[in-house]
Amino acid sequence: MLKLTNIAVSYGMISALKDVSITVGQGEIVALIGANGAGKSTTLMSISGVTDLVAGTISYRERVISGLPPHIIVSQGISQVPEGRRIFPRMTVLENLEMGAFLGNGKDLQIDLDRVFGLFPVLAERRRQLGGTLSGGEQQMLAIARALMSRPALLLLDEPSLGLAPIIVSRIFKIIEEINQQGMTVLLVEQNAKAALRLAHRGYVMETGRIVLEGRAVDLESDPAIKKAYLGE
Amino acid sequence: MSSLRQAIKRHGSFFLVPLWAGILCAPFTGIAAATRIALVLAAGVLLAAALRTGTITRLAHTLFSGSARMQGAGRRLVALLAAPPSAFLFLAALCVIPLFQNDYYRDVLTLTGMYVVLALGLNLVVGQAGLLNLGYVAFYAVGAYTYAISSTRFGLPFWPGMAAGAAVAALAALLIGLSTLKLRGDYFAIVTLGLGEITRIVLNNWDSVTGGPNGISRIPRPSLAGYVLKTPLDFYYLILLMVVITVFAMRRIIASRIGRAWIAIREDEVAAEAMGINTFKLKLLAFVIASALAGCVGVFFAAKMAFVSPESFTFFESVLILCMVVLGGMGSIPGIILGAVLLVMLPEIFRDFQDYRMIGFGIALVLMMIFRPQGLMGAGKRQ
Repeated sequence: MLKLTNIAVSYGMISALKDVSITVGQGEIVALIGANGAGKSTTLMSISGVTDLVAGTISYRERVISGLPPHIIVSQGISQVPEGRRIFPRMTVLENLEMGAFLGNGKDLQIDLDRVFGLFPVLAERRRQLGGTLSGGEQQMLAIARALMSRPALLLLDEPSLGLAPIIVSRIFKIIEEINQQGMTVLLVEQNAKAALRLAHRGYVMETGRIVLEGRAVDLESDPAIKKAYLGE
Repeated sequence: MSSLRQAIKRHGSFFLVPLWAGILCAPFTGIAAATRIALVLAAGVLLAAALRTGTITRLAHTLFSGSARMQGAGRRLVALLAAPPSAFLFLAALCVIPLFQNDYYRDVLTLTGMYVVLALGLNLVVGQAGLLNLGYVAFYAVGAYTYAISSTRFGLPFWPGMAAGAAVAALAALLIGLSTLKLRGDYFAIVTLGLGEITRIVLNNWDSVTGGPNGISRIPRPSLAGYVLKTPLDFYYLILLMVVITVFAMRRIIASRIGRAWIAIREDEVAAEAMGINTFKLKLLAFVIASALAGCVGVFFAAKMAFVSPESFTFFESVLILCMVVLGGMGSIPGIILGAVLLVMLPEIFRDFQDYRMIGFGIALVLMMIFRPQGLMGAGKRQ
């Protein structure tokens, strides 16, 4: 469904990604794990069209999307939940969700709202509350719900566990699993390697801008090198 | 107030400083001037002492919390005024009141109307799209000069002139926006600041077209079905019409899909982009609409004064309009109208203190930033 072929990105003189190739198949959850600064977020940003490629191509459903502006990429069905949630703090929960449906025609708004409220009942309770007054976990849920409002086929999640208590993380991961079972393809970027690999079907490990390992999530989880470096065993 | 008295007692020795300064100055400036210097210094020391003990902060807090209470009442009043029957009543009052005033008041009201339209336009850029535009006056000038030149040289009548002024200002904004709106934050402010100055310098020096510092005079007055608008009352009604149209248009556009997208951009540009909003195009749109509006007001200004010169389009004008937006409350239409009314009317009322009004503006803005950063009527959240 999504195919990154030998992409490279640099910020000025500093090269952030070198020769990165990733494929995400229809219906999969693919985890991209690695330490701080490994280039995980940059990879997501290049898929979304926010950062430009120096080399390589990104194609989605057999069509090249690299080079397109971000709003076109969103309209093709790739929705990103940015790192740090980035909800609109001074808009209500409902307004945040409506912003997520910005590209829609407005007719099916209620259907989409009902769908995300079904996934996140707590947001339905707080629909009139300002986004900034939600707790961290609720904000993360809002960010995911908002991304779902554009009816994407591929969801890019950037560190959904960031700064959240373990119990909230497992709840959010549970919901991601549920969304996936309903047919959503997910590319998940995580530092929390253990939780990410337990959720994902396949995984890629990044280090200093390169993919150093890839494979089935279960295999990666039991890989001794991974265990040592990321799982703290 | 007892704390103030304590402070005076504690810092009494500080009064030696002004006294000493006064004595030192006396031989050079004369006794009278030296006394004034000493008094100013003394007042400064007193103010510093009061600030230190918190008297001023407390005083300001009571003052401003009072205004917060009044603001609630004010909002109810605005809601009442916005309801159709009272809106018509209010409008009728605005139509009738100037009939009983003299020309001076009519001119002040007209000036207020011009700034209301300008401030509402700038609000689109600053308050809605969140771009700090410090050169807004450039587009005002472009509109004014477009009409001034085309009417005096080519005999273009007022109404097509207004369309031309708006179009030329919009075109200028489009060209500038295309190249500068990729810039974020401070860089955009710096570029627009430069733009305002460049425009003024060009107007000042391109003698063959703009008449240089002498400006352009004998600009024809507008006419409507054979009647030539020339009295202050005529122009008052014309600007009132423009204000009404602008307020109506602004309300519609801010409530629209585009308006929401602007708010999203202002709140978080990256997130807005992730929602599929074409941030560049929408910022450009805000910039162009606002500039076209400034162009319209510029044409009105040229026709009313029958004279334009670069003096009318200084950086101070940009700052003044920006102050109206910030003071009234970014993003709030009634707030911005209030801001424009206050900043036009107050200097007229306190004409005797004209020399000090810049100090007054500065103090007012600093106080606003400390105590009500969202503006007088901005609710921190859009209405």
